[in-house]
Amino acid sequence: MPALKRMSLGRLVWPLAALGCLLLFNLFFTPNFFHVEVKQGHLYGNLIDIIKNAAPIMLLAIGLTLVIATKGIDISVGSVVAISAGVVAILLGGDLGGVPLFPVPVAIAAALIACTAAGFWNGILVSRIGLQPIIATLILFVAGRGIAMVLTNAMVIWLYVKPFAIFGQGYWLGLPFSIYMVAGLLLLTWFVTRRTAIGMFVESVGINPTAARFSGINAKNILLGVYVFSGFCAGLSGLVVCSTVMSADGNNAGNLYELDAILAVVLGGTSLNGGKFYLLGSMIGALIIQTLTTTIYAFNVAPEISQVVKAFVVYGVSLLQSERFRRSVSGMFVKGRATA
Amino acid sequence: MPEQAPVLEMRKITKVFPGVRALSGVDFRLFRGEVHAVMGQNGAGKSTLVKVLTGVHRHDAGEILLEGNAIAPDSPFAAQKLGISTVYQEINLCPNLSVAENMFIGRQPMRLGSIRWKELNRKAEEALAKLNIVLDVTQPLSSYSIAIQQMVAIARVLDLSSKILILDEPTSSLDEAEVERLFGVIRKLRDQGLAILFITHFLDQTYRISDRITVLQNGLFCGEYKTAQLPKLELIAKMLGKELSAFSYAAEHAAKKREAAPASKEEPVLRIRQLGLRGSIAPFDLDLSAGEVLGLAGLLGSGRTEMAKLIFGIDSAHQGEIQINGKKANINSPHAAMMAGMGFCSEDRKNEGAFSELTVRENIILALQARKGMLNFIPLKKQTEIAEKLIDSLKVKTPSAENTAGQLSGGNLQKVMLARWLATNPSVLILDEPTRGIDVGAKLEIMELILKLSREGMGVIFISSEFEEVVRCSDRVAVLRDHAKVGELSGPEVDEQNIVRTIAEGR
Repeated sequence: MPALKRMSLGRLVWPLAALGCLLLFNLFFTPNFFHVEVKQGHLYGNLIDIIKNAAPIMLLAIGLTLVIATKGIDISVGSVVAISAGVVAILLGGDLGGVPLFPVPVAIAAALIACTAAGFWNGILVSRIGLQPIIATLILFVAGRGIAMVLTNAMVIWLYVKPFAIFGQGYWLGLPFSIYMVAGLLLLTWFVTRRTAIGMFVESVGINPTAARFSGINAKNILLGVYVFSGFCAGLSGLVVCSTVMSADGNNAGNLYELDAILAVVLGGTSLNGGKFYLLGSMIGALIIQTLTTTIYAFNVAPEISQVVKAFVVYGVSLLQSERFRRSVSGMFVKGRATA
Repeated sequence: MPEQAPVLEMRKITKVFPGVRALSGVDFRLFRGEVHAVMGQNGAGKSTLVKVLTGVHRHDAGEILLEGNAIAPDSPFAAQKLGISTVYQEINLCPNLSVAENMFIGRQPMRLGSIRWKELNRKAEEALAKLNIVLDVTQPLSSYSIAIQQMVAIARVLDLSSKILILDEPTSSLDEAEVERLFGVIRKLRDQGLAILFITHFLDQTYRISDRITVLQNGLFCGEYKTAQLPKLELIAKMLGKELSAFSYAAEHAAKKREAAPASKEEPVLRIRQLGLRGSIAPFDLDLSAGEVLGLAGLLGSGRTEMAKLIFGIDSAHQGEIQINGKKANINSPHAAMMAGMGFCSEDRKNEGAFSELTVRENIILALQARKGMLNFIPLKKQTEIAEKLIDSLKVKTPSAENTAGQLSGGNLQKVMLARWLATNPSVLILDEPTRGIDVGAKLEIMELILKLSREGMGVIFISSEFEEVVRCSDRVAVLRDHAKVGELSGPEVDEQNIVRTIAEGR
């Protein structure tokens, strides 16, 4: 399928170019940006940090890519991250000696089940009740954080269970463990969507839900499925978030992550209008956001300005993505040359 | 009826929308004390004519004379002030307000900034009494039937200055008894001297209530007739834009074809008994044998598409049953219909069929993949093989199977939609207007394909507005009118003349 390959690679060109520009900028202006060293058998450096810090958003973005491909949206993922952290925290307990209440695998499984159930709830509201996705997930966006607060009793619960630290702080074969989680989930999702018909069905529901139904596709179950999966991804993301700081904060864990994750998906080339989706693009989108954040920190930009800088870069990348914008710019260029 | 001067005269009205000539040079006259029906198929220009008259649209050419004076209403409000009262198809009243409030909303009798309720209710009762309706006007509108609500809407727009009453499809959601009640009110208003413009697509009702008929066809004026002097058959021919004699030429040809067809006595592949959905289509029976083409014929808006969508499980029936190959099938979704061996090509390719951003291959493979289940993936190589085979056999013009469907022309896209269902090898294929909006060559190819599929044993239900096409392809024809099946033609009876006659008279 050379044509197929060319098409999806073509969609990745602009996000990749944006990421390349950011890295190039850092190459010239940020000292030691590309410096990677080995400490105690682990790789250290800005680049590693970027991937590591981007991991929670990348995990969310994988789930959201499928949701957005169905022309939906899930703004509850940040709150579900907090639920995941809360469930883990109460099941492991805040024992200072590091003795967990329940075994670590039980806590992890419980958190993932709870988050998948949260996704199921969203999916039912969208696919069976017929609520608009933004309204349906707004419910859990608000309620989810409340649930997390109830779970943690409105306090920050600190965790001292050493083995749990692997998700956010652990290393394996010299690289942060969370990178393997992202890679694993990405591969799994790619395989399930592109090596079965699920990917095509998701896209067809996003492009034309009526035609999908008339073609005998069970559109309701497809919708339900992507929201369930998004909840599961948020659960994984919550494990990483909670483990990174070894605490569960119902109020702040995953706060506003949904916006970065949606942004990552859109930067990666998947349209909010639904249809064709690009998992790898979403990953590049998340890296763009994180690289930007890191760059801004490296330059000691005042926090009040940093958001504005971020906004401008995002604005620029979005314009680059727009074929119409590119055409009108090149049109201006050609015209200018012709008259000169 | 004495021929006085018309109260309203519209002369050579032309209205052009971008890309469409909705009305061209249409004449229309309305006399005091008569009910005048405007007839035409969907899209003939009935609604546009009304909208020009009521100030929703401005006409591009022509003139409107009201009692001899030229008028040019620029809004529905202006038209109302001139004495042109309109009740639209959808009742735009507030169901939770009382009947009296609905009737005088925005013009309630006031004193010192507060509504004078007693006077309001009294005025409402008086206005309704003129229509022979007595009811408690303080009750919320929603506590009354749709027919009463319709009459409240009429009473609301009528006042002393009303000269013309326009009723746009007032009966579409009424049952038979309610229609009769409404007609009683209309006749009373007519006898009081009001000029009434009545729009409906129910032929029977036109003959029951109207004194005069103006026929439009494709935005053109076809003539004005006294209802009593225009036989139903002729009316239908005019709505179709054909001469009655034009229907006979194909009959001979069709009969010859029919002789060759063997009478099939076997168990029908599709058997439908009393399937119906309120407000969509009246309960009907239908049989389809393997290798048979069953045509559905009727005017636009007669319920053909509704029938197809009910059979394919897109709408859920409130009564009746479907049997496939002798077994009762529970068809409650397109998915269930597909699993039972049916396929359906919608008349609306763009909105209900195609996935413009997916490739031709994906568009073709979707239904088959949905039938196999999403985990039972058809390998890409196999997909390409299936798609390319169908592209070849249907002669779809596309650079490759990997081009997006959005780049295809109408005829080629239609073939892709057909290919999607052929890939599933259905035992029953329903085709809703497969030949609409495509060029003549593609039309012929698609009709040939239909005949070929039926020879190979597929049962095909074929819907087309072109009766000529229906006659050419079908072994049997079910005729629809006013959202009900009114007759069936088979064998040598299948010709255009008989279809038109059946629409006119039923069986």
